[in-house]
Amino acid sequence: MDPNLITTTQAAVDPVFKFIFGACLLLLVGITGAMIWFVIRYHRSRAPEPTSTAEGNVWLEIIWTVLPTLLVLAMFYYGWAGYLALRNVPKGALEVTATARMWSWNFTYANGKSSPKLYVPAGKPVKVNLVATDVLHGFYLPAFRVKRDLVPGMKNYAWFMATKSGSYDLFCSQYCGTGHSAMITTVEALPPAEFDVWLNRRESAGEQPGKELLEKYGCLGCHSLDGSPKIGPTFKGIWGRSVTVVTAGAERTLFVDVPYLRRAILEPKADIVKGFPPIMPAFPLKDEELTTIIGFFKSGGPAPPGRDGDKHEERK
Amino acid sequence: MNPSDHPPAVFTSFWNDTGKTGITSWIFSTDHKRIGLLYFWSVLGFFLTAVLLGLLLRIELMAPGRTIMGPETYNALFTVHGAIMVFLFIIPGFPGAFGNLVMPIQIGARDVSFPRLNLFSWWLYMMGAAVIIISLFTGGGPPDTGWTFYVPFSARTGTNVSLAVFGVFIVGFSSIVTGVNFVTTIHRLRAPGMSWDRLPLFVWSLYATAWVQILATPILGITLVLIIAERVLGVGLFDPMKGGDPVMYQHLFWIYSHPAVYIMILPAMGVISEIIPVFSRKPVFGYKMIAFSSIAIAAAGSLVWGHHMFTSGMSDRAILVFSFLTFVVAIPSAIKVFNWVSTLYRGSISLEAPMLYALSFILLFSIGGLTGLILGAAATDIHVHDTHFVVGHFHYVIFGGSGFALFGAMHYWLPKFYGRRYAEKPALIAWGLMFVGFNITYFSMMVLGMKGMPRRYYDYLPEFAPLNLVSTVGSWILAVGLVLMLVNLIRGLRKGEPVGNNPWGGATLEWTIPSPPPTENFPEEPVVTHGPYDFSKAGTP
Repeated sequence: MDPNLITTTQAAVDPVFKFIFGACLLLLVGITGAMIWFVIRYHRSRAPEPTSTAEGNVWLEIIWTVLPTLLVLAMFYYGWAGYLALRNVPKGALEVTATARMWSWNFTYANGKSSPKLYVPAGKPVKVNLVATDVLHGFYLPAFRVKRDLVPGMKNYAWFMATKSGSYDLFCSQYCGTGHSAMITTVEALPPAEFDVWLNRRESAGEQPGKELLEKYGCLGCHSLDGSPKIGPTFKGIWGRSVTVVTAGAERTLFVDVPYLRRAILEPKADIVKGFPPIMPAFPLKDEELTTIIGFFKSGGPAPPGRDGDKHEERK
Repeated sequence: MNPSDHPPAVFTSFWNDTGKTGITSWIFSTDHKRIGLLYFWSVLGFFLTAVLLGLLLRIELMAPGRTIMGPETYNALFTVHGAIMVFLFIIPGFPGAFGNLVMPIQIGARDVSFPRLNLFSWWLYMMGAAVIIISLFTGGGPPDTGWTFYVPFSARTGTNVSLAVFGVFIVGFSSIVTGVNFVTTIHRLRAPGMSWDRLPLFVWSLYATAWVQILATPILGITLVLIIAERVLGVGLFDPMKGGDPVMYQHLFWIYSHPAVYIMILPAMGVISEIIPVFSRKPVFGYKMIAFSSIAIAAAGSLVWGHHMFTSGMSDRAILVFSFLTFVVAIPSAIKVFNWVSTLYRGSISLEAPMLYALSFILLFSIGGLTGLILGAAATDIHVHDTHFVVGHFHYVIFGGSGFALFGAMHYWLPKFYGRRYAEKPALIAWGLMFVGFNITYFSMMVLGMKGMPRRYYDYLPEFAPLNLVSTVGSWILAVGLVLMLVNLIRGLRKGEPVGNNPWGGATLEWTIPSPPPTENFPEEPVVTHGPYDFSKAGTP
């Protein structure tokens, strides 16, 4: 298996699965078959006394040491060759940076475009540079047999290629706390021409810049826009809402206003909304970003979710 | 545990030796049999607690979305389930309970080398367990890190991680102390004639295990102290912002925790090597290879920890080496399986409960071991790492392997120490239920993992729903079997048919003395004249 001939990661890995599973199945059937046959044939009702007192056989021991050794060495070799294909990124791959935080994904492209879903051109290899901002996460694409941890302070990467356009699951595979299982999104493989259009379309600036910032910083991993329950309180109708918060152990009720929202983003541990876990990390945003986001909430908040709506919600 | 229930014996049994009664005759006893039973019942209590948590986890996963608990509760439950099962059940389970009960008798000794250290080991275990339990209900609540305590999450979470890992730290010392005691005992206290090549294979497996306990556990202790230092002092050993490295933590953790898998499975293999020849009435096939492979597994198994880290960002060269060594360690396990199956050939096989557990061990452990080859090969590991495939795989090895071997050992050896036995028919039904339930529960998980469902997922996409439901139903069948097994076993030990010295026709030394054994085991020091599987001389030293 020459890694250079491998066109996709799934084509590199699947034959290794078939080989190992096939060999294991043969072994398992052999062992179990022999065991069942012996138990029936030499059951005490048929064999009241043992008919052998053999304590071993050197040749048998040699055979069943050498044969498994050769077999596992073959497994090791194929496994390694397949793994190399996962590491050798084909030339000309599109580079995307994946940023993982508790508990959301963000993908940024060379031209500065960013998205909570991983849009890629079908038929073109994509190299994903993996960045973690807080704890360990795992970049896992089951359809492409690709997985790599995102480690704070370490440069990791993975590559894959979608041969056909379509939507593929993207999971966080390394446990990262309360929202771990909600940290899922999709790879959206588009026909190359359509992808180019998407990549170069500037989201009409000013339309919903607040929402873009919420996506960029991964806020929507824990806070929904449509009122559905997530790990944190929903953003729907947040402006002016009255909330019960726990401040330094004491409960109090207040209205959502500018000072409260700034505090909730800059020092989230100061007031914890009752009924939610105290787990939000602080986001040191710039003043103008805070103003944009708060402006978005003030304006009545989210417009109905469009094509960037959360997949998990759609499926439910 | 009422000693007066037992029929009068020619020798005073260890149940009514000192004249002292009550709890202090147990918790301050230095008799290896009493300490073994203390360990056994404590370990069983923790096992049942963790089983209950496991069943709750399966109910939560029965359907997507919230079923009975929120994500914080779920994360705490799988952490506590794993930590109890690993640190309080299966690691101390074999050496602490059956090692203590059986090993000194099997080598013809009156007790272990350091009886008071042995008692101290149980006390350390209970103190560590108490600290772990306190950690669940104090501070920020039960840890939610997973039993692996990976940084940086474990350094950041507000839950009570420091106290919990301190409890595990104490439990680690109890394991080291038992290891030291067993190595010394096996070297120094063998009866005359008990040469190394007459050592029962269970003793060989405990010997290999004891070295792992001594050599690997200190590294866990250090690693756990470093987590506390990270949390309390902010030293930053694992924090990249302070020049540390999160991947280094994973190395330290698995340098212990992979060999720990062999602490769990090696003595189980030893139990199987005892039961199969006895119920086939035939010498074990390849005694030397089985004994040698225990040592080989303990040695090679200490060098394969990196296979838990193929996706971690560790270098490709390290992956090459660890993948290779992982395949090497598969070979001695295969040798054992072939020798067990060959022992059956031309024997006279009786399918009583201990034998059914032993035979199902071979099948379940083989499935666990063979799926381990998928995880050892670098290419395939990447897809299934951190998925339910791994969860299924290690439950096949540790529950289907070690767990079923422990159940086999309970049926095989507990009658020796209680003088009474379980009823056979309910034992067979319980075994059947557990075997079926087990496979439904964990085979479904492996398929889910192949389809891409990550582990430690509170919620999942609808495509994973049908198999999760199947797995949960399987867990109920498994639980019914488990309850039936325990009820039948405990009832049998209290009120069952009395057994003589040698109910199974075994040829090792424990079957030459009364059931229950006298306090100092042997009326006079035995002189061993034959090997452990020479059934023509069964019942004599």
